[in-house]
Amino acid sequence: MTILQNIVISILEEVAIQDANQYPANVPTYQIPRERFAEIAKVMKTAGARLVAEWATDETLHPHHPLPHQGGGGRGMGFGIYACYAKDSEYLIIKTYTPLEDPTFPSLVKKFVPAYRFERQMKSLMGVVPVGHPDPRPWIKHEDWPEDAYPLRKSFDASKPIPRVAGEYRFIKAEGEGVYEIPVGPVHAGIIEPGHFRFQAVGEDIINLEEKLGYVHKGIEKRFETLSWEDGAKLAGRVSGDTTVAHALAYCRAVETMTECTPPERALWLRALMLERERIANHLGDIGAICNDVAFAFLLYQFSILKEKLLRTNLKLFAHRLMMDKIILGGVAVDISPDAKNGILTEMDWLVNEFERLVIIYDENPSLEDRVRDAGILSPDTAKGLCVVGFVARASWQPIDCRLQNPFPPYDIIVPRVAVLKSGDVHARVWVRIEEIRESIRIIREILNSLPEGEIACKFILPSPDIAGFAVVEGWRGEVVYWLQSGPRGEINRCMIRDPSSVNWIALEQAIHGNIVPDFPLCNKSFNQSYSGNDL
Amino acid sequence: MLRILHQIFRTGIVTEPLPSAIEAEIEEVGARLEEAIKRRFRRSLTIRQVDAGSCNACELEIHAINNPVYNSERFGIHFTASPRFADMLLVTGPVSRNMEIALCRTYNATPCPKLVVAVGDCGCSGGIFGESYASLGGVDKVIPVDVYIKGCPPTPVVMLQGILKAVGK
Ligand code: SF4
Repeated sequence: MTILQNIVISILEEVAIQDANQYPANVPTYQIPRERFAEIAKVMKTAGARLVAEWATDETLHPHHPLPHQGGGGRGMGFGIYACYAKDSEYLIIKTYTPLEDPTFPSLVKKFVPAYRFERQMKSLMGVVPVGHPDPRPWIKHEDWPEDAYPLRKSFDASKPIPRVAGEYRFIKAEGEGVYEIPVGPVHAGIIEPGHFRFQAVGEDIINLEEKLGYVHKGIEKRFETLSWEDGAKLAGRVSGDTTVAHALAYCRAVETMTECTPPERALWLRALMLERERIANHLGDIGAICNDVAFAFLLYQFSILKEKLLRTNLKLFAHRLMMDKIILGGVAVDISPDAKNGILTEMDWLVNEFERLVIIYDENPSLEDRVRDAGILSPDTAKGLCVVGFVARASWQPIDCRLQNPFPPYDIIVPRVAVLKSGDVHARVWVRIEEIRESIRIIREILNSLPEGEIACKFILPSPDIAGFAVVEGWRGEVVYWLQSGPRGEINRCMIRDPSSVNWIALEQAIHGNIVPDFPLCNKSFNQSYSGNDL
Repeated sequence: MLRILHQIFRTGIVTEPLPSAIEAEIEEVGARLEEAIKRRFRRSLTIRQVDAGSCNACELEIHAINNPVYNSERFGIHFTASPRFADMLLVTGPVSRNMEIALCRTYNATPCPKLVVAVGDCGCSGGIFGESYASLGGVDKVIPVDVYIKGCPPTPVVMLQGILKAVGK
């Protein structure tokens, strides 16, 4: 499908230049003049596309290329500004540039809500200014950073600590009689990642929630620029540890598009096997944890036994409980024996049996039902407007799953049946995940029953200079996006990561309105977004 | 309700029988741990976990030591929400710049004597994230550390062993 592409071509005619150095070819990149950046967003919105990601690159060190209207790529001018859109199975990247002397670009916030954080982050970390953005506060970067410290710029020395300065972060305030504020975090009560939540409440009712994240910002994107392509896969596997397979896979696939490398069939199928095992393990753990948040600890323990068993099998088969570092450039690092194959099939039989027993208990428990239904509702319209992805989207009637929309083998043959629900509440998010476990079990069985023979990796060739690659992978939380660019010497010049959390966190703020304060942990758990994947 | 009871009886106590070498290992580690905890902490060791910047996989494995298979509670270990009740801080991650202050505050809020255990390759030395503008490196760059648990992430058994080592100190 090329609906979006056709729109861009018809509106911009000769001023849109397709960049031939961006891979894969089915995700075209168009360079457009800066002043028309927001106009394209508007037509994308009208066409029903969603904003996938927005990011900036520092291209000041690139050899100078002529400007687009002179028929060139405009590199070496300053900063590249990118927006990625998607509609159904079509992805499209729009690029513009902004000069070093005046690093501004038109904000897309009025058209797309997720731009709200993307652009604050671009401004904070790259120092490019979204004109028309309503919120001048930093994002990810905290208030005690020097304002002109832009870590993603090439001129920034990332090896040294930076000084703390005095600063204040102003939360949005609701005023009125009986309104009070509850600050929570960054260190939370349980064993979870840190972040800050600011509630405004009246009585028990939450009237506003504001998230402040960035606490676990480790400078991951910048770190990539110092690594070899091979080591990049290891770092990608640690962007959000619970999604190690999907992140490493999205990274490897993006790099592989740049070298037009196709790993052997068997490797592709084993990758899918790991991806589905990761999905099942996380879903099991989270469903249990959600039940625990409504004081039904019994199911937490039951589900965690199932999860533990899967992780142990992983350890036995892949030498790592979470399968870290098993996806490598050009394929996978471990093969499975025929015995192991049968072992997994037996394990799946066992799992189906045990899992279905627990599902009946979940389904038949009225006190549980009472808490999970109608709590934390994200309506289909809001979900669409926020461009959410993953199970959060599917529980709110958005049929987005890139295993379907951007399939790689074996998903082209073993097509997942995607579960979509309308109610958008905690229960819907649980139920979508229950359906996904069932489906992943089916996929794993099919993979093992027709696993191709052959090699598990091919020789990996390094990307040539000055090209870019892109990939999306459906992790258990949703669409994981990587966009990579090689520099003038063929090194990693930029690695843009978009975890599903970067868009889904905003949805939690919206879903919590009108709920009571004691239900927040439950609603939050039903989203269970990654802090590390968001903060990078 | 009957279904729940039935499932409880079906499941039995997954922690008790020792079908595999791993479980024997847990018991062994656990028994020593229990003894040390009885001796030094009057039967209970209260832990406050702090994620100072981890990738979250270390948290997954800390969660796992609470599952019925490892069941760390039976050794008298339990996790608390408040550092004020804690005997031990279990700290993961390279310490991010944005968590440095919160980590120091948590450390100061924990009563003495306190133990600090750095978890994971990142907690030990900064791991793959190293030291940079955003990551200060290992936990000992910010607060004193008693014991280091290596691994990326450490498995639950290694985690329990590390806690034992700290308690035995
Ligand atoms: S040690 Fe490994 S698992 Fe733990 S936080 Fe670091 S990268 Fe993640």
